[in-house]
Amino acid sequence: MTTAENTTPLLEVSDLHVEFHTRDGVVRAVNGVNYSVNSGETLAVLGESGSGKSVTAQAIMGILDMPPAKIPQGEIRFRGQDMLTMSREERRQLRGQKIAMIFQDALSSLNPVLSVGYQLGEMFRVHQGLNKKQAKAKAIELMDRVKIPAAAQRVNDYPHQFSGGMRQRIMIAMALALEPDLIIADEPTTALDVTVQAQVMDLLAELQQEFHMGLILITHDLGVVADVADKIAVMYAGRIVETAPVKELYAQPAHPYTRGLLDSIPRLDQKGQELYAIKGLPPNLLRVPSGCAFNPRCPKAEDICRTELPALAAVSEDRGSACHFWKETLNG
Amino acid sequence: MAEQTSQREPILQVRNLKKHFPLTRGVVFKKTVGAVKAVDGISFDLFQGETLGIVGESGCGKSTVAKLLMNLEQATAGEVFYKGQDITKLSGRALKEVRRNIQMVFQDPYTSLNPRMTVGDIIGETFDIHPEVAPKGDRRRKVQDLLDVVGLNPEYINRYPHQFSGGQRQRIGIARGLALNPEIIICDEPVSALDVSVQAQVINLMEKLQDEFNLSYIFIAHDLSIVRHISDRVGVMYLGKMAEIGTDTEIYDHPTHPYTQALLSAVPVPDPEARDGRERIILSGDVPSPANPPSGCRFRTRCWKAQDKCAEEVPLLAVPERFRDTDSGAAHESACHFAEEKDVVHAA
Repeated sequence: MTTAENTTPLLEVSDLHVEFHTRDGVVRAVNGVNYSVNSGETLAVLGESGSGKSVTAQAIMGILDMPPAKIPQGEIRFRGQDMLTMSREERRQLRGQKIAMIFQDALSSLNPVLSVGYQLGEMFRVHQGLNKKQAKAKAIELMDRVKIPAAAQRVNDYPHQFSGGMRQRIMIAMALALEPDLIIADEPTTALDVTVQAQVMDLLAELQQEFHMGLILITHDLGVVADVADKIAVMYAGRIVETAPVKELYAQPAHPYTRGLLDSIPRLDQKGQELYAIKGLPPNLLRVPSGCAFNPRCPKAEDICRTELPALAAVSEDRGSACHFWKETLNG
Repeated sequence: MAEQTSQREPILQVRNLKKHFPLTRGVVFKKTVGAVKAVDGISFDLFQGETLGIVGESGCGKSTVAKLLMNLEQATAGEVFYKGQDITKLSGRALKEVRRNIQMVFQDPYTSLNPRMTVGDIIGETFDIHPEVAPKGDRRRKVQDLLDVVGLNPEYINRYPHQFSGGQRQRIGIARGLALNPEIIICDEPVSALDVSVQAQVINLMEKLQDEFNLSYIFIAHDLSIVRHISDRVGVMYLGKMAEIGTDTEIYDHPTHPYTQALLSAVPVPDPEARDGRERIILSGDVPSPANPPSGCRFRTRCWKAQDKCAEEVPLLAVPERFRDTDSGAAHESACHFAEEKDVVHAA
């Protein structure tokens, strides 16, 4: 019994597909994504715009607009239960209480005409049936917890009265309100300055430890990932192209796209020569190249890459790479 | 020898530049109740063919500096000398002449290009304003040359901005900046809206163009790694003032101002092995309002070294006395009473 519980991941996404039906045709934004997160673990999903990283997260949260989006196949299991086959009410029970999300842009995610205390308290009023006064007390407690100075005085302030970093703290407080088991953070610090980013990431890591939560961190910042992640999934054109524990991925990438990304960022600690640039552009999802989607930009591409889609091959026990030539890539 | 001295002749000299935006109260009877001191007395030089990076967090005044250098904002005080002429005092024809030589590349390639104009018109418009650069019959060919220079297909001349990706649009912005053969290009966050894999392409292009046309860049950005990569010298701004300025090695490997040290230590390094080896300085609180900056040193409210002197006396931007006659990397200008060298970038 206990062993079965221990081996079931907190969240498991398997063979997830998401497509959008648009006027110009079907956009396959997510194409068979698999990943899993355990309690207390941080999974970083790395990818550029259009790679499908945010759409996957929205599918997990169940906040995709359907239509135009459609999930033709796949499973999203939370503690072994498939959320896609649940009733709306069951799903709603999980959302917020068990799985919460932190969005990138705190200013547009908060309601500008309601005080932050009201918005934080709403979580308790709706989910736990507390009255106004109790909810407000809870809101102050939460604001204290995310280290907003003078929480009791600021609880009636409106979002515009807070700085960007403080607003993001309020978003974190809101996500933490019901002590969820899993947090999905979609570019939580992209809009913030570096010193504020450091504060917010620190806070997030501390709270994750305290509550032993699973964290899915969606980002394009290779620096942030190196700092906080346990394992990484790299996405490109709707597929996972590489998965690995964080140290191994940085030390020895097994996919040319990952290698290209790592080589193309300038370093803070040394002045480099000319930057390596991945040639070309990310593909239009209406016209994804045949075979491996990365082949037109790949320095290693050969005929097989243009015709045959590489499956995610096992590089080692906990690593995978969707490249026909992962062995060569791994060895430089 | 002669060549060396001419090379070190600054092309742009900024002296005690200030921009205060008045805060007013009342609709009919307007009353000035204060001022936002966006830029409050900064000085620096820019030399021919070099890149000066300016870093700082949002609200530190770096973009206002860019606008002042273009004379898009009227300076409250101070001078900007371009080849000996103070451009803050220029107007009319003389200003137009100077602006030809100082061009700008903007941050957001999605909003800085007019969606109703073709690429040919966007770039060619500069020649309507400065017809002396390209005679009328020659313009189309000139625009196509420019597209070629920035790595776009010259046949795209009749396309509209929406037909291009973000990286390609930024190339169009750069082509427009180059059109008048300027000497100085001011780049305000030119790559921050682009994807990582495309950033490197644009940075490499900018470096290539600098060598080819002997351009001087002022490169304003918040990404400290990119600034180090492209800059010869770097200035760090905090709340409208220059905190520290020096060569890239001096600033990144031998920072002496506490703010620079905190800023650098906060940058995540893409190396998981260094995760625990680096010291992190986590600043408390937020940046104070530029309408009501702290007395003395502006960083003192968040500084772990602050003492009474910091509240009373504004530290001047100068080489700290104890490093003055040494050849150490710490011998560069820093506006701190207690300047001290500290390596925060490399893992211990």
